[in-house]
Amino acid sequence: MMQRPGDRSGRRPSRKPAPKAEGAPGRRGAPPGRKEQAGSSPKPGSPAKKQAERRRRREELGEPELSTADRPSQGRRKEDRRPSFKEKRAPPKKEKEVPGKEEMWKGLKKHRSSSLASSATGGESLSEEELAQILEQVEDKKKLIATMRSKPWPMAKKLRELREAQEFVEKYEGALGKGKGKRLYAYKMLMAKKWVKFKRDFDNFKTQCIPWEMKIKDIESHFGSSVASYFIFLRWMYGVNLILFGLIFGLVIIPEVLMGMPYGSIPRKTVPRAEQEKAMDFSVLWDFEGYIKYSALFYGYYNNQRTIGWLRYRLPMAYFMVGVSVFGYSLMIVIRSMASNNQGSTSEGESDNFTFSFKMFTSWDYLIGNSETADNKYVSITTSFKESIVDEQESNKEENIHLTRFLRVLANFLVICCLCGSGYLIYFVVKRSQEFSKMQNVGWYERNEVEIVMSLLGMFCPPLFETIAALENYHPRIGLKWQLGRIFALFLGNLYTFLLALMDDVRLKLSNEETIKNITHWTLFNYYNSSGWNESVPRPPLHPADVPRGSCWETAVGIEFMRLTVSDMLVTYITILVGDFLRACFVRFMNYCWCWDLEAGFPSYAEFDISGNVLGLIFNQGMIWMGSFYAPGLVGINVLRLLTSMYFQCWAVMSSNVPHERVFKASRSNNFYMGLLLLVLFLSLLPVAYTIMSLPPSFDCGPFSGKNRMYDVIQETIENDFPTFLGKIFAFLANPGLIIPAILLMFLAIYYLNSVSKSLSRANAQLRKKIQVLREVEKNHKSVKGRATARDSEDTAKGSTQNATQLQLTKEGATPHSAGQSQTLDKKAQGPGTSSSASETVLPASQHLPVSRPPGVRPDSGRARPQTHPWRSASAKSAQRLPR
Amino acid sequence: MALGDPASFSIELFYRYQDLAPQLVPLDYTSCPNVKVPYELIGSMPELKDNPFRQRIAQVFSEDGDGHMTLDNFLDMFSVMSEMAPRDLKAYYAFKIYDFNDDNYICAWDLEQTVTRLTRGELSAEEVSLVCEKVLDEADGDHDGRLTLEDFQNMILRAPDFLR
Repeated sequence: MMQRPGDRSGRRPSRKPAPKAEGAPGRRGAPPGRKEQAGSSPKPGSPAKKQAERRRRREELGEPELSTADRPSQGRRKEDRRPSFKEKRAPPKKEKEVPGKEEMWKGLKKHRSSSLASSATGGESLSEEELAQILEQVEDKKKLIATMRSKPWPMAKKLRELREAQEFVEKYEGALGKGKGKRLYAYKMLMAKKWVKFKRDFDNFKTQCIPWEMKIKDIESHFGSSVASYFIFLRWMYGVNLILFGLIFGLVIIPEVLMGMPYGSIPRKTVPRAEQEKAMDFSVLWDFEGYIKYSALFYGYYNNQRTIGWLRYRLPMAYFMVGVSVFGYSLMIVIRSMASNNQGSTSEGESDNFTFSFKMFTSWDYLIGNSETADNKYVSITTSFKESIVDEQESNKEENIHLTRFLRVLANFLVICCLCGSGYLIYFVVKRSQEFSKMQNVGWYERNEVEIVMSLLGMFCPPLFETIAALENYHPRIGLKWQLGRIFALFLGNLYTFLLALMDDVRLKLSNEETIKNITHWTLFNYYNSSGWNESVPRPPLHPADVPRGSCWETAVGIEFMRLTVSDMLVTYITILVGDFLRACFVRFMNYCWCWDLEAGFPSYAEFDISGNVLGLIFNQGMIWMGSFYAPGLVGINVLRLLTSMYFQCWAVMSSNVPHERVFKASRSNNFYMGLLLLVLFLSLLPVAYTIMSLPPSFDCGPFSGKNRMYDVIQETIENDFPTFLGKIFAFLANPGLIIPAILLMFLAIYYLNSVSKSLSRANAQLRKKIQVLREVEKNHKSVKGRATARDSEDTAKGSTQNATQLQLTKEGATPHSAGQSQTLDKKAQGPGTSSSASETVLPASQHLPVSRPPGVRPDSGRARPQTHPWRSASAKSAQRLPR
Repeated sequence: MALGDPASFSIELFYRYQDLAPQLVPLDYTSCPNVKVPYELIGSMPELKDNPFRQRIAQVFSEDGDGHMTLDNFLDMFSVMSEMAPRDLKAYYAFKIYDFNDDNYICAWDLEQTVTRLTRGELSAEEVSLVCEKVLDEADGDHDGRLTLEDFQNMILRAPDFLR
C-alpha cells in the first residue's frame, strides 16, 4: 500500500524514499505511520507487520466513515480555512477508492507518459529520453519530499503529497537502478541517513559540552538577553583565562616546580631569617607575604640559571616568551572576536527603515515561558514603543537648545571634578600607604587603605554619575554609553594613579638597590674571609636565610596586583551578598510588617547591574594582564575567581534580582564591551612594556637577575643556542635601518586597506540607496496600478458583489482605504462575474472532485499549487471564499 | 532503528497532546478517533500561556478557526513553532497570526489589535494610531493601507530579531 511511509520505512528501511521520509518531514511533520505508532505504542508486543496489516484494513474500512463524519464539521469552517478544507477532504476521497487506487495511480502515470510507464512496468528497454524524463520526474518528487517541511500546508495535505511522491519515487527508482547498483544505492542512502543522525547527535553533544549553557539559558529566559550577555562574556573570559593559565602553568610554573632548585637552596628561594617566625601565620599569608611570597607564584622565586633540569629547559627564556605571548594571545583573541561580532552586525543596517514594524512584529519573544518575564516584556515593549514615539515626535520638535547645552556642560564639569577628586584621593592614599609600609605595627586599616578607598570609590561614584547624568537629559541609550564611558574613565584613572604611585615605589627601591648590593657583597666577603676560623676546613656556606637581599621590586609589584585582585573579588562578593541578597531577604520578609509596600516601593529588589559588572570584569582582566608577568600565579587565582563568580552570580541573580524594567539589546553593546576590553588590554600593555624595556631587573631575584635589561635574555639565547649566522640575521633584522622602513610599509598597508574598505562601504551604501529607490518606485508603481484597476471596475464590482464586500470585510470601518478593497473586489468580479456565479464556481469544484479522482492527482495538485502561494492568487482565493 | 529520533520526538508530542486532556484523547490512536482538545487546554500549555497571541495561534492552527485542535493541528503547530522550521514558513504563519480578521491582509485594525495585545492597552488611542500609521508607512509596499503577505515577508525577513 502507498499510504503509510512510516510503516514502509519500518519494514523496509533499505528503500530509498523511506530514509527521505525520516530525514525531511519526519522530524517535525511526523508522518502518520509514526504518529499511529505513537498511538499504538501501548501495545508493544504486536509485531510491526501485524500493525501494518491492521492499519491497512482500517484504511479501507475506518477512514471513509471518519471522513464522512468529518464533513459536517468542516462545513462550519471559516472562509480562510477553505484551502485546508479542500486539502483535508481530499485524502478520504482518495482512500475511499483504495482498492483500485494503485492501479488508477499507475494509470495516471501511464496517461502522463504512457510509453514510459509501460516500459517501466515491463522493465526491460528504456529509451534515453524516457529515462531522462523519469529521472527528471523522480528528481522533482525528491525535491518535493525534501522541501515538504517548508510548505505551508496542513499536516494532512503534507502527508498525502508525501505519500504520492514517495510512491512515485520508489516505483521508478526501482525501475531505473537495478540489481547491484540499486543495493549499493540503498546502502549509500542508509549510510547517508546514519551520517545525518550522527551529525545531529554530535551537534547535541557539542551543545551539551558548552559549559553552563543551561544556567545561562535559564537566566536568559528570566532576565532577557542583556543580562545573559554578561554571563556569556564571563564565560568567554573564563575560557581565555583558562588558556592563559595553561600557558603559564605548563611552560613556567610546572617546569620550575619539577626541575628547578628546591625551596631553601638559594637566598631568593628562602624566607629571610627575620620573617621566619611569622611566615606561616595566616595574617601574613593573607597579605601574600611569608611562604607565599617565596614561592613559584611570584617573579622573585625564579632563578637566573640558563637551563634547568635534565631537559635543559631554558626557563628565563620561556618566562620571557610566555609573558609576551600572554599579551599576544589576548590581543589576537579579542580582535578576532570583535571581528566576528562585526560580521554578524553588518546585516542589521536595514533596521532603520522598519523601526515600528520590527517593534510590532518581532518584539515579542516567543520563548518566554514565565509570567513574571512576560510582565516585564509587556512593560519593556510598551516602553520601547513610547520611546520610539517620543523619538518620532522629538525629530519634529525643537527644544531649548541653550538650556540643555548649559546643563550638559555643567554635568560634564561636575563629572570631571569627581574624576579628578577621586584620582587625587587615590594618589594621596597610595603615598600614605608607602609611608605606612615603612613603619612597623600598622593596623589592618592602614595596611588595606588603598584597596578600601578604591572599592568605596568604585561603589559610590557610579550612582553619583547617574545622578549627574539626569541633568543632561540624553536619550537613555546615549546616556548609558556616557555612563559607561565615565565609569570607565574613573576606573582607568584610579588604575593609573595606582600605577604611578607603584612606579614611585619601584624607583625608590631601585635607587636603594645599589647600596643593598654592596651590603650583600660585603657580608659574603666578610663571612668567607673572616678570621677565627680553621683555615684548613672550608667554611660551610652561609645559610641562605641569612644572606642580606634586595627588596625585589618585581615581586612587590606582583604582590600588589595579587592583593588588589583578591580584595576586588571579596568586595564584589560582599556587595552582592549585602546589596542583593540581604536586601532581597529584607524586602521579602519584612514586607509582612512594614508601613509601606517594600516590594513595589522604595528599597524594592535589586536589578542586575550589567554595565558595572562588565566593567568590573574588564578591569579585573586588565589587572591580570598587568600583573601576570610579575606574579605568574595571578592567572590561577583569576581562574578560580571567575569560576566561583560564575556560580555565585548565577545563584545571586536567580535568587535575589528582578529583571530590568527596560531590557536593552545585548548584541549592540557586546562589541562595545569588547572595544573597552581591547582598550584596557592596550593600556595594561604599556606599563608592562615600559618596565621590561627600561627598568633594570633586581640583582638578586627573578629569572633575569644579573642582566642589564630583561629582554637581554633573547640576545643571550640567540648568541648561545643558535648558529652564528642566525644571530647575524637577527642582528640585521633589529637594525633600525630595516625596522623603520618596515613600520613605514605597515602604515602604507594600513592606509591602503583602510581606503579600500572605505570605498567598499561607500559602494555598499550606494547600493542600499539604489535598493531603496527601487522599492519606492515599485511602491508607487503598484499603488498607481492598483488605483487604476480599481477605478476601471468600480461599477461592476459595486453592483454585483456588494454582499461579498460585507462578508469579506467585516471591519470596514477600520480600514481607511477603500481602494484596496475594491481592488480585490474587481478581481473577484473579473473572475466569476457575479456573486451567485462565484458561489457556483466552488460548488462544481467540490462536486467534480470525486469525479475527477481517477486522473485526480494531477488536477488536484494543480489546484493545490495556488495554495502554496495563496497571497498571489487573490482572485481564486476570494472566489473560493465567497460563499461561506 | 529506522524509526529513530523523529519517531520518539513525535511520540513525545503525542504524549504532550494526550496529557492535555487525558479523559478526551485515547492512548490508542489506531482507529484515528476524531478528537479535539479545547482551546482552554491548548492555551494553558506552558509554551503558550504567557503569549499575548495564544488565542490567535490556536485559531490559526486549528481547522475551524475556533482554537480547538486535533492531533494533526497540534503537530502542525509544533512543527511550525519548532526552531528548525524555515524562516519563510514562519513568516507565513506569523502573517496569519497577526491577521486577526482572517481577510488575508493585515489592516489597520489588525495592527491596533497587535499593539494593544503587545502593550496590554497601556498606550493611549493616539499613540496606537500613530504606531499603526508608522507601521503602514514603513512596510506597506503598494500604499493600499494594509499589508499583504508579500509586504509582510519583505519586511519581516529583514528583521534582525526574527528567528535569530
